[in-house]
This record gives sequence, structure tokens and C-alpha cells, in this order.
Amino acid sequence: MAIPAKQFVDRLQEIGFDFFTGVPDSTLGGIIATLIERRAYVPAVREDEAVGMAAGAFMGGKVPVVLMQNSGLGTSLNALISLNLIYRQPCLLLISWRGHDGKDAPEHLVMGQVNRSLLDLVRIPHRTVGDKTFEGDLQWAGDAFMKQRIPVALLITKGVVV
Amino acid sequence: MRPEEGVLTSRGRAIGAILNLLTDELLIVCNGFPSREAYTLRDRPENFYMIGSMGVAPSIALGVALARPDRTVVVFDGDGNVLMGMGTLATIGAFKPKNLVHIVFDNEVYGSTGNQPTLSRTVRLDQIAKAAGYRRVERVLELDDLVYEAQTMLTQEGPSFLLMKVSELTDDVGRVEIDPPAMTERFRRAAMRGVSS
Repeated sequence: MAIPAKQFVDRLQEIGFDFFTGVPDSTLGGIIATLIERRAYVPAVREDEAVGMAAGAFMGGKVPVVLMQNSGLGTSLNALISLNLIYRQPCLLLISWRGHDGKDAPEHLVMGQVNRSLLDLVRIPHRTVGDKTFEGDLQWAGDAFMKQRIPVALLITKGVVV
Repeated sequence: MRPEEGVLTSRGRAIGAILNLLTDELLIVCNGFPSREAYTLRDRPENFYMIGSMGVAPSIALGVALARPDRTVVVFDGDGNVLMGMGTLATIGAFKPKNLVHIVFDNEVYGSTGNQPTLSRTVRLDQIAKAAGYRRVERVLELDDLVYEAQTMLTQEGPSFLLMKVSELTDDVGRVEIDPPAMTERFRRAAMRGVSS
């Protein structure tokens, strides 16, 4: 059973996340539409800009989320490692896992294979959102965010949140 | 020689002049020498110095400005930095945060890596900011004009963009001695002042 986007966003907001920015992906379409409807989304032009904005929002007292396609992990990697990890600036990365199981357009296949190893390599804790476990997954992300003060990532595969 | 070249002010002097104008404004300083110069000239809890993530300073400032619309947020930036994160000019121009003042010290070189030329000798960054939608845009060559325009921008609605052409001269300054996580906490406390938690 897919998770309705509204329910997913409700849960994020209940946990305390209150600043949402990012670059769209089709897999995240429902979540972004819900956030726009709630006037809670600040669109960025690049993922590293979104990561920078989230860092600023955190220092201004917000609890930030950055939405991106996994290709954006490549674009934002330097900001994540030389800003967030060095300065201890947490954010929740909601990353769509394109190229999952090797089934997607060619440009997604390599990142789809390596995105989890890449997160491991730069020591960003991550989980993959499950349709039955999502409440626990979100809670885990919220707890890890506050405790470790570094970015944590939730990977979302196609069709899990609609 | 640049066409307008007389004797350009050094960036250190320009940074010092702006720092003297600040009271409780929050300040994000881009990586490289601008951070080291600002730290040496006038460190304050409201200053956040970047040591990496080139090009990202204005997006951090935008995040702070959106989170704290009641505070004025200033960003010190360089020409190489603006060129690297040029998309953020569009984001700021579109969002028009009234409380953001973007100040660019343009020496037309990558000063921290050996003065390799940037494109700002031929590309007018101020005109790009204007086209992107900043409310106020000024380009100055003299220190007096910098101070005058900055005073105006600090008190009037933005977003504002103030570009000053500066010389390649770099002040003899050390590195920023604050541990990055401690800087995050210090700046966060300064930004959250007056907010009940």
C-alpha cells in the first residue's frame, strides 16, 4: 500500500520539520505538491543551494528538509561535506532513488547503484522508506537529526509515497 | 590595466568600512580571504565565516533571512563566489527577501589560489543581479560611495546588491581560529536572540 503524500507530510510536520526546500523529482511530486499547497516549500535552482538554504534556516531556528533526486546528491556533495558535516549543521535529505533495481532511464543507472554506498562513504546515515515502516523511518530521521547534528537521508523509491 | 583603474581600495579596507556600520545585523562571509579579513578586523558573534563550500554563502544568508524575517542579514561575497553560485541570484531575485543585503567585493581574481583571473572583468555581475530582480543594485569604485550606499541599503527594503571593485591586495591575516561547530552554535544563538524557545 502506497503512503498518501498528505499523510507523509503530516507526519514530517508533526515531528517538527518546518522548513522545506529542494529541487523536484517526479517520485517526490506528491510530497512537493502537498508542501506547495501548504505554502511551506521554497524552491531552489540547484541542490547545493538548497543545502545552503537549509543550513541558514537551521541557524535561524528552523528544522529543515531538503528534497532532491539522487542525481542531486552529486551536485550537493561538496556543500554536505564541507558545510554540514564540518559545521555540524543537520538537515533531513529526502532523496528519490531513481535507477532502483536497474530499471530506469540510462542517466539514473549508475547513481541508482551507488547512492547508498556514496552516503556510507561520506558518513551520512540513511534508511530507505518502507510503506509499512514509514512512521518509524521518519521518527528515526528526526531523532538522528537532533542527536547527531549532521544530515540524515531517507531514500524513497518510486510508488512508495503518492 | 582595467579601463577605470585609478587606485582601487583594498578589500580589507572596504570590509573594515562595512563592518564599522554593523550593529545587530547577521553576517555570512564567503570562504577564502574575505572570511579571514573580516575575522581579523572585527569578529562578532553575529558573524559566520565559511571555510569551504564556495558559492553557497548567499544561499545560507537566504535561509537565515527567511527563517528570521525580523533581522537584517548581510552577506559578504566575492566575484568568483558569485560566478560559481550564480543561480542563487535568481532565487533571491524571485523571492525578494526584504531583509537581505548582498555585498560583493570584486577583485576580478581568485585571490586565495594565486590570483587567476575570473570572468567579472567582462561580465557585469551587478547587471545580472538587476536582471534577476534585486530591488536595489549599485556598483561603486570609491570607499565613500560604498559606505553611503551600504548605509542606505542597511535601512531600506531589499534585497539589495552592492558591488565594489577592489584591488587584488590581500591583508596579512591568519586563519579563522573558531572551531566550525562552535561557530554554528555561536551564530545560532545570535540569530535566535529575542526568540522564546
